[in-house]
Amino acid sequence: MKEHHLILRVVTKTLVGTIILFAFYVQFHGDYSPGGGFQAGVIMAVAFILYGIVFGLHEVQRVLPAWVVHKLVALGVLVYAGTGIWNMFLGYEFLHYGSFTPDHMSHGQHSGILYVEAGVGITVTGVMVAIYYAFAGRTPRLGNDDW
Amino acid sequence: MATASETPHIALTLRDHLPILQVLIPLCVAPLIVLLGGRRMAWGLAFLASALSLVVSFLLMMQVMDGSFISYHLGGWAPPVGIEYRIDAANAFVLFLISLTATLVVPFALRSVADEIPARSHTLFYACFTLVLTGLLGVVATGDAFNVFVFLEISSLSTYVLVSQGLYRDKRALSAAYDYLIMGTIGATFFVIGIGFLYMTTGTLNMADMAERLVGQGDNRTVQAAFAFIVVGMGLKVAIYPLHLWLPAAYNYAPSAVTVFLAATSTKAAVYVLLRFMFSVFQPEFVFDTNLLLWILAPFALLAMFAASLIAVFQTNFKRMLAYSSIAQIGYMLLGISLFSVTGLSATMVHLFNHGITKAALFMAVGALVLRSGNTFYDRIEGMGRVMPLTGAAVVLGGLSLIGVPGTAGFISKWVLVQAAFEADLWWIALLIVASSLLAVIYMWRVIEVLYLHTPHPEAIHKEAPLSMVIPMWIAAGACVWFGIDTSLTMGAANTAAIGLMGGTDGMALTPTVGGLLGNGH
Repeated sequence: MKEHHLILRVVTKTLVGTIILFAFYVQFHGDYSPGGGFQAGVIMAVAFILYGIVFGLHEVQRVLPAWVVHKLVALGVLVYAGTGIWNMFLGYEFLHYGSFTPDHMSHGQHSGILYVEAGVGITVTGVMVAIYYAFAGRTPRLGNDDW
Repeated sequence: MATASETPHIALTLRDHLPILQVLIPLCVAPLIVLLGGRRMAWGLAFLASALSLVVSFLLMMQVMDGSFISYHLGGWAPPVGIEYRIDAANAFVLFLISLTATLVVPFALRSVADEIPARSHTLFYACFTLVLTGLLGVVATGDAFNVFVFLEISSLSTYVLVSQGLYRDKRALSAAYDYLIMGTIGATFFVIGIGFLYMTTGTLNMADMAERLVGQGDNRTVQAAFAFIVVGMGLKVAIYPLHLWLPAAYNYAPSAVTVFLAATSTKAAVYVLLRFMFSVFQPEFVFDTNLLLWILAPFALLAMFAASLIAVFQTNFKRMLAYSSIAQIGYMLLGISLFSVTGLSATMVHLFNHGITKAALFMAVGALVLRSGNTFYDRIEGMGRVMPLTGAAVVLGGLSLIGVPGTAGFISKWVLVQAAFEADLWWIALLIVASSLLAVIYMWRVIEVLYLHTPHPEAIHKEAPLSMVIPMWIAAGACVWFGIDTSLTMGAANTAAIGLMGGTDGMALTPTVGGLLGNGH
């Protein structure tokens, strides 16, 4: 595969780290400012997708293999549901975050939303990257030179 | 929500958590299957999930058989603000049917799936299966209108994947899955548009609260539009006669185990949602509601009973024939609804269950025949009843129940339906019910003739199906007889459910009668 332009490659390499950092910002400030797990997950996935577009599917899959992506999709759901089950073990309803700090329920609500949003973030990252892999991984019926 | 310092919190017990556990167990098992990988483990986990769901649904049904209901507040947020799971006789009965079928299908699937789907797809197959189970249970358990849509999408999207898995035997499974995807998505979209209109009018998503706020809103155009969208949307999922086009192909080309599960549960869950909206959320007294019953549902139900049965008579493939017969049987359920009486609704509820187990037995027999003969075209399964006596006998029993011969489950539902028709002074409808059953005699006799009165096809494997298929098949076939003789469970639950549904908004009162201990102290 032909390598992309030098500037594209250099800019991508600098941007990827920043995008991931921004994803974490959106993730953990979701309860104070616009954002949250879904948006953060998409931004996180963008970092990998951009890397894949510029350097090729093979390179990005060395960083994040397809099987890891599939596990991430499942892991996030389990983190979300696991938070709820933890609440149940504490003697309250499913996803009753207040149970984390029964003396001061609103504190528990804050921490609970962070846990479930982490789950959402993991799954959305996984799903977005998996969709990209699925499309990019298809072998074209016509090669680029066959037109 | 008060702080815990004022009143000490009483820890909830496992029994209090049953409504959420019903949905939560398969919901957690599905990602667990993907995370752990491993084909054998996937099967084991799927079986564990469905068996536990069955236990939970049985416990729930025993709690609400007296006509009370249980309300579970997710996250401790009381309805109408929070999401509520609400179990009463109507949905506990459907939950029981769904988890019972799942528990029978998973052991059946072990050999059937191994035969029809390549090994590398097995893990994801069982993950998808568990997701369908989650979605269907969620649709039925929840008391929140938007939650219904979410679970509907969970179950539908995984169903499309499962149907497409038939591609290893016949590539047409892909176009069948695609058709189902398009039709199902239109249905779900219409449904959510309807929910949107209702939210616009009432400002709430909780079904019970919605019902209270809709009182006297019968002339509101937005409410009427919402009703139309919801009925058409769910109608696509139910496969009401003119909206049924996705069904024959989807049932026919899906892997055998998937067909068993779909035929026995997915349209049934949709019928339940339709009932819930028509009778509990909207007032049955609304003019448009009664008009729909009289002028749309009843004629199309009758049309389905005859047209689909007639098409079934002329099929040359056992599996496809059963798919058309399903459309006809959905006609009976809709006819029960359109008679608009407690007896009519009992007939619908009990037929929902009885048809579920009957079709489960028949489609499992189809799966066994596919395993031994390769496909179920009549010229291919000739004489297989002789070399597979157990499978053949299950077809006969299931067929008798489908026709409605006394002593089988199918007879009970048709008996109640005929009773409802007489109660409404519509004797000609009772005659039509009997006449359409005669069509069932014809199409079932064709199969039985093919199975027993010919010499076996030389290319088929002349051997009985493995025990892992025969046992679930016979549990389902045995259930057809059991519930045809001992009707205390099915008719009891169906009656309580029908009375609750006919109670309209009263059946959805906001204050729980049992389960009041839930939500204490916060």
